[in-house]
Parts: sequence; C-alpha cells; structure tokens
Amino acid sequence: MNLTLDHVTGGYGSRTVVDDVSFTLHPGEVVCLLGANGCGKTTLFKLILCLLRPRLGCVRLGEENIADWSRSRLARAFGYVPQVHIPPFAFEVREIVLMARAAHLAPFASPGKEDRRIADEALDYLGILHLASARYTEISGGERQLVLIARALAQQAQWLILDEPAANLDLGNQIKVFRAINYLAKTGLGVLMTTHVPDHAFLHATRVVLMSEGRILAMDTPANALTEPMLLKAYGVQVSVVEIGAQAGIKPGTKVVVPNQM
Amino acid sequence: MGRSFVIIDNAASPQPAVSYKSMATVTSPEKMLEHRKPHRLQSGKTLAVLALLLAVVAIGSAAIGSYPISLHDWWSVLRAPSAGGTAEIVLLQIRLPRLLACILVGSGLALAGASYQGLFNNPMVSPDILGASAGAGLGAAVGILLGFDFVAIQSLSFAGGLVAVLLAWALASGLCRRGDPVLMLVLVGILIGSMFTALISLTKYLADPMNKLPAITFWLLGSFASITHRDVLLAGVPIAAGCIPLLLLRWRLNVLCMGEQEARTLGMNTRAMRFTVIVCATLITAASVSICGMVGWIGLVVPHLARMVVGPNHKFLLPAAAIMGGCFLLLVDDVARTAGALEIPVGILTALIGAPFFLFLLMRERRHKS
Repeated sequence: MNLTLDHVTGGYGSRTVVDDVSFTLHPGEVVCLLGANGCGKTTLFKLILCLLRPRLGCVRLGEENIADWSRSRLARAFGYVPQVHIPPFAFEVREIVLMARAAHLAPFASPGKEDRRIADEALDYLGILHLASARYTEISGGERQLVLIARALAQQAQWLILDEPAANLDLGNQIKVFRAINYLAKTGLGVLMTTHVPDHAFLHATRVVLMSEGRILAMDTPANALTEPMLLKAYGVQVSVVEIGAQAGIKPGTKVVVPNQM
Repeated sequence: MGRSFVIIDNAASPQPAVSYKSMATVTSPEKMLEHRKPHRLQSGKTLAVLALLLAVVAIGSAAIGSYPISLHDWWSVLRAPSAGGTAEIVLLQIRLPRLLACILVGSGLALAGASYQGLFNNPMVSPDILGASAGAGLGAAVGILLGFDFVAIQSLSFAGGLVAVLLAWALASGLCRRGDPVLMLVLVGILIGSMFTALISLTKYLADPMNKLPAITFWLLGSFASITHRDVLLAGVPIAAGCIPLLLLRWRLNVLCMGEQEARTLGMNTRAMRFTVIVCATLITAASVSICGMVGWIGLVVPHLARMVVGPNHKFLLPAAAIMGGCFLLLVDDVARTAGALEIPVGILTALIGAPFFLFLLMRERRHKS
C-alpha cells in the first residue's frame, strides 16, 4: 500500500510550518528527508503520524484517509523510531521492545509468550538479543537506537518512520543502523527517515525529499535532488558534490558533499 | 496486516545471501556475561512471598497493643467466634477494622502513587500531586467547622478530594490546547493543592479554638484510632473501585513512561488512559483521607521500595507496591499504637519514618550508579 501525502498543510496555532506538501512513497523504498533546521521535517512527521491534524489536505494509506484511524490502528501501520532519550525508570531492553505490542493487545491484556517471541525475534534480527535483559538506561546510545528500531519492528507495521536515526551515533553504529534499515527495506518495509548528512542519502536512499521553509524543493533520486545549487538553496552554503573514484569496496558512482573553501 | 519481518522469498527484490544478523554486531563473550546476570526478582513467586509477609505482619499487628493477644487467644477466637470474651471484642471489634483500614489505605495509596509516577513519568510524584488530599482535607475541615456528624464529614471530605482534582483536570484541559498536557496538569495540580491548603488554614483560623480547632488539627494529622467496621466498608468500596482498573491497566503504564508522543505512536490513547488513571487514583486518595486523615509519604516512598525489589515494570510493580504499602502502614500504625502512653498520630510517623527512609533510598541509588 502506498503512502500518499495530498496537499498537506499544517502547523501550530496560526503558524504554518508545512505548506502544501504532496508526495507518494512506495513499500520497499528508503526515502531520506533532508532540510535545514526548522524547515518542517519534524512537523511533517507529526502530520504523517497523526500527532498533528493537517489544516488542509490529507494523508492516505492506499485509498484510505488515515485522519480518523484509532491510535492502535495507526501504530499497526507506522512504526516510529524517535530520537533516543532516556526514560526515568530503568526498564529492561526486552520490556522496552514489548511496548510495541500495545497496539496488538486488548486494553487489559499484557504481553504473552507469543509477544515475547516476537520481541526477541526483533532483537535477534538486529543482533542485540544478548542485551535483552540489560537495563535500557545502562547500554550505549548506539545500542539504544538499535533497541528502538527493534521495537518498531516488533510493532509489525508496514512503514518505518525514523527521526534522525544516525544522530549521536559513532561511525560504527551509524553503519550498523543504516545496514539494518536497508535490509528491512529489502524485506518490503517502506522507510522514511530524516538526516542532516547528505552523504547518508547518497549511500542509502532510493529517493530524497529536500525541504525548505515548509515546502518541497526537490523530490528525486539522491543524485538528481542533491545537486550543488539545490543544497545552496536548502542550506544557504556553498558546497561541492564530488564523485569518488572507483575503489575496491566502494559502490561505483558514490558521491559525497564537501564544503567549499572560504 | 500482521506481516512478519522474517525474510520472505520475493522474486521482485533479490534477497541478500546472508541474513542481516550475521553482519551485525559481534559481541564479546565478557559483554554477554555481564548482561546475563539476573538482577531482579521479577516473578509471581516474589509477589507470593510479599503477600505472605503481609499476612504475617497483619497477624502480628493484631496480637500486639495495650491488650496483648496470645496465640491461645487467637485460637479460641477462631474456634468459637461468638463466645464474647474480651480477646474477641478487642480482636474483632477494635483491631480487625483497624488492620483492614491500614491495609486498604496503605495498599491503595502505594498503588495510586506507583501509577502516578508512571503516568507523570516522574519518580518524585505522589498521589496528592493534583490536590486530592488537600481537597479531601478541606472537605473534612469544613465539615468539622460546621458541626456535621461523622458520616457527613467523611462524605464531604471524599467529595472535596474529587472536586479538587476535577478542577485541576478541567483547568489544565482548558489551558493546554497544545504543548505538554502532563506538565500543565502537574503545574495546575500544585496550584490547586496550595490553594486548598490555604483554605484549610482559613477554616482553622475561623474554628472555635476550644473544641473545633483541635478536632480539625487532630483529624488532619491522620489517625486510625477511631476506625469502625462501617468506615472500612464505606472507604473500601471507592478504594477497590479505584484499585481494580489500575491493576487491570497496569502493563500499559509502561508505555506511558516513554512520554506522551511516543506512547501515542505506540498505539495508546493517552488522554483516555490519563483520565482513567487520574479518576482511579483520586477515588483511592479521597477515600483514604476521608477515613483516616492526611497520611503522607506512603504513595511516594513505597513505590520506590517496590521498584528496588521487582524493577520498574508496572506489571509487577503495581501489585508489589500495593502489598508493601499495606505492610508499611500496618508497621507504622503498630508503632503509633504502642510507642507511647498516648497514641501518636500516624501522619506524623509516616513523615518521620518516610522522609529519612526516602533519603536512604536516594543515597543507595546514587551509590549503585557510581
């Protein structure tokens, strides 16, 4: 089922943050959402996740408008991976992942054997099953990010919405997280994520949505969308997009963004 | 809809030969061992042991007091429950309602406190955060000031607690069209609480210093001395009505601990959940204050104690807190009854014991972290 944004406009109070945004995402895609701070990326996520009502337009899954879906139905459609934060209580990692089952359980129920199996499978899938009974507050930031992705998996949704999954991660953990995301897309999940690093989009995205001041600047393949003039427009800085020469171990045609000398 | 994320052979997208797992994290054996160590007693067995402890404390508490009851007396009362001896009257008419009230109030307040700490995502919150006990206190003080009879005072007190929290909820809902609803609720609750506390002071100021002022003061200090079977029944209904939904919904409190927005994306109707938890906790707190006055600290301290034993998972935390709350208040009331020639108001003791105990818990936690 495609995820369609149809002329979505929304914001807070009288302030418009997202202005007439339309696009369609397909399952199996990895789409990166880029744009300067305050350009409306987070607000766009809130509109997709129905945390904020669009003032105009609508968000559709397949042919259905999701505006009136229940929270649990939305959670079975969208697995959201927020930026890592630490809750005040020292839950075990498995307990955190099991929270994903809330959307699948009756109000008075608590997770059973089958839910624990699904949670452990998700942890195993991301290679962190050994952390299952560790305290979430005591593991590293990268491990926490992987746990939150595992939780979104255990939610068994068709769409993964990730808010800066690479923020605060070291190089090794960034690569691990992106590999996991790419792999999940290959299994048929649709992925939409924000990032501040165009290089991530070049490496991992099938398509890019570039935003500026609440509107879409470009929506295309990374190579077509992230050109030097577009990046200047979006971020207000002069950069060069450089193709790296063919080397062993690097995908041919890989591009990187380098700032120009002052 | 319930698709699994296990790889399905799909001709459209060629699958990599290796699973993601094999290229993911390789963990050192030391690290695996480090995370394997069990550090929590999280099971039905722990709860059963705690329940047994409560039974022992209850039986022990029934035995001690100004009229000690031996095991032999216990046995004879149990064998012939209507023989009419002194032991029987002390046990069934005086001690039993008192024990039941202690267990009801202690368990209820600890359960409400643990639920609130999860709901407000803050371990420093207690059941009176939204003004429930200040409201109930005011209701009772006004009842005493106007010279009402005991049942009317209790009813007014119960109603006062409900009104205070209802006011806080309505104001917070009205003020908070957007932003963090939980923060707004806490702020408005503190406001309402201090306003009602000021009104309590006003009733005291207006009260006749010869008879009504001491009555109000003593009532507010909290005591189980004059508890009857009727009180237990009257408070038992709302306390049970509050406890049962909280216990049924307890696992979902875990999800709320991740914060408002995250809980919503995980499929929770947070507003409905918040409303239910607040109504239940308010029923418990208002009913507790209406029969025994203001007994503080239990709802704050006991959940921490329970968290040390069973961990933060509300599925185990709530029952554990309830059982331990009953134990705690029974023990404190034992001290209140037996420590001096005169009975010490139990509210004074819970604060005297609760505050240093809380300090000890904080110090322990700090040592554990470093």
